[in-house]
Amino acid sequence: MSSSAKFEGSDSYVATHDLKLAVNAALTLQRPLLIKGEPGTGKTMLAEEVARGLGMPLLQWHIKSTTKAQQGLYEYDAVSRLRDSQLGDERVKNIDNYIVRGVLWQAFTADEPVVLLIDEIDKADIEFPNDLLRELDRMEFYVYETREMVKAVHRPLVIITSNNEKELPDAFLRRCFFHYIKFPDKETMQQIVDVHFPKLKQDLLAQALNVFFEVRDVSGLKKKPSTSELLDWLKLLLAEDIPAEALRSADQKSIVPPLHGALLKNEQDVHLFERLMFMSRNNR
Amino acid sequence: MLIDFFFTLKEAKLPVSIKEFLVLLEAMQKNVISNSLDEFYFLSRTTLVKDEAHYDKFDQAFGLYFHGIATLFEKIDEIPLDWLMKRMQRELTPEQQAALEKFGYDKLMDRLKELLKEQKERHEGGNKWIGTGGTSPFGNGGQNPEGIRIGGEGGNRTAVKVWEQRAFRDYDSERELGTRNIKVALRRLRRFAREGAQDELALDDTIRATANNAGWLDLRMQAERKNKVKILMLMDVGGTMDDHIARAEELFSAAKSEFKNMEFFYFHNCVYETLWKNNRRRHAERFSTWDVIRKYPPDTKLIFVGDATMSPYEVLQPGGSVEYNNEEAGAVWLQRFTSTFPKFIWLNPEPEGLWQYRQSIAIIRQLMSNRMFPVTIEGLERGMTMLSK
Repeated sequence: MSSSAKFEGSDSYVATHDLKLAVNAALTLQRPLLIKGEPGTGKTMLAEEVARGLGMPLLQWHIKSTTKAQQGLYEYDAVSRLRDSQLGDERVKNIDNYIVRGVLWQAFTADEPVVLLIDEIDKADIEFPNDLLRELDRMEFYVYETREMVKAVHRPLVIITSNNEKELPDAFLRRCFFHYIKFPDKETMQQIVDVHFPKLKQDLLAQALNVFFEVRDVSGLKKKPSTSELLDWLKLLLAEDIPAEALRSADQKSIVPPLHGALLKNEQDVHLFERLMFMSRNNR
Repeated sequence: MLIDFFFTLKEAKLPVSIKEFLVLLEAMQKNVISNSLDEFYFLSRTTLVKDEAHYDKFDQAFGLYFHGIATLFEKIDEIPLDWLMKRMQRELTPEQQAALEKFGYDKLMDRLKELLKEQKERHEGGNKWIGTGGTSPFGNGGQNPEGIRIGGEGGNRTAVKVWEQRAFRDYDSERELGTRNIKVALRRLRRFAREGAQDELALDDTIRATANNAGWLDLRMQAERKNKVKILMLMDVGGTMDDHIARAEELFSAAKSEFKNMEFFYFHNCVYETLWKNNRRRHAERFSTWDVIRKYPPDTKLIFVGDATMSPYEVLQPGGSVEYNNEEAGAVWLQRFTSTFPKFIWLNPEPEGLWQYRQSIAIIRQLMSNRMFPVTIEGLERGMTMLSK
């Protein structure tokens, strides 16, 4: 891995200074980087953008509740071998033919350094991270069936995301760098929107951001709208060609901002919001 | 120097380990960051802190440690930079140093504000005004032992602000919780086990059996893996619990979706001989408490939810209930529950700090062998660990 390479964000992804620093620290010291944050703050996208920015291939491993650590290393396809043996296939003599390589193996043996994304590690069983300690630390593992040791040719840049559904074990955490993606402030949000909608009219954007942060500030919402919902909403506003004035009038006459369905995804939230808007209108 | 920093973090009760500290040093050695305090803050945070709940503690400890090295505040914008150019370094004897005025931190800040109001021009070499090379506590390159550095190297406005803002205060684990957080805490209780009809192909077993069978297929089945934990939840409703409805609701809905084998009953203030399931029909539809105690197996985990705030008579005295004449005291019923179900806890939505001032809380806590926990993330976690032991 060339140590001179540095991640600097990209034209389609706004990375804050501290995030860039965390990525570069992980890159230089060749240790995994654990990313947490509210849903919709671009955790998964980070890995894609890092890979693109550094010109490295990206390998992805999406974790489900049934995923086992072993599946990331390799699997012994006993069923095929069993079938082949009953059919008298020649391949059956070599166990190597039935070892299916997992994502980690591919990442370790790739010709060039790669970015390895382990997505939503908290979805898996509680023991899952513990089973990967040595593999991520030493970047090597042993294949019992063929008695061979797989060692990383180039240590991959491992990016792990978590939604905080389960706590991760301390031993695992100690081996990672950690970064929590905070919800962007207005300035950063402006940059993010600029990146996605370069032609958006400034007054519409300013109004939309105001409405967005107002909605986020409503206390008691079951799910606060996130960055990705804001982007969807803007896309809709553009598609419907809604003028900035329509948003401005939102805090005076009409009850809820137009196309609010893109921001509030929960019936109770919409009701709550309407009620609050109604109350504030009466107070005026 | 950094060793002190490490111990400052340790003292702030941050779970930092030596390994992580060594990684931080390694990163410094490899020049991951340029020489700025701002970057050092981010690097040390990403290396040493592995939970956003600890970010606030870290900010405080970091601020404490680097307090003397670079402290700035918003007013700084008003100081023109050219005042602070290094012009003179006056040599001071130790006696002179000691003779310098020593202010406390707050006094320094107040005084700085005062001075900012008074001072309108560049100043050098004096002992009161803000400037360079003097012995006043303010400015750059000066020699007051408790001085505040303004501008110059070593300080970076945005950096200090990052931890001074303490933006992560809300993530501290003392915070109250949403349904989602409660679910996470409750998941600690999950116990997976295979029970019931065998309707899944047991692949590993089949392969082993087939191998034993000299290669002829021998199918093996197994039951599906299910969460086996059984929960009995008893919730206090009405009266003083009205203040906690939202939180109790959250807790309840989270628990309901996490556990299939969950039974719940309501009581008012303390458990007596009847419980009910539907609060609206509480007088029509009652369940005998004896039946409830007998119905569930002893490995059921019992969770009381209530503020335990009532008159002590309601717990200790037969006939003490506010609603009707109970034959046996609430304490007797509580003891029956706790002896039948050895895994029990009491969750109390009142803040933990208040408990010592309420007599009834103390009594119930004693009856619960001290297994009373507040409804915060941290409290729930302690509670769930207690239940799963």
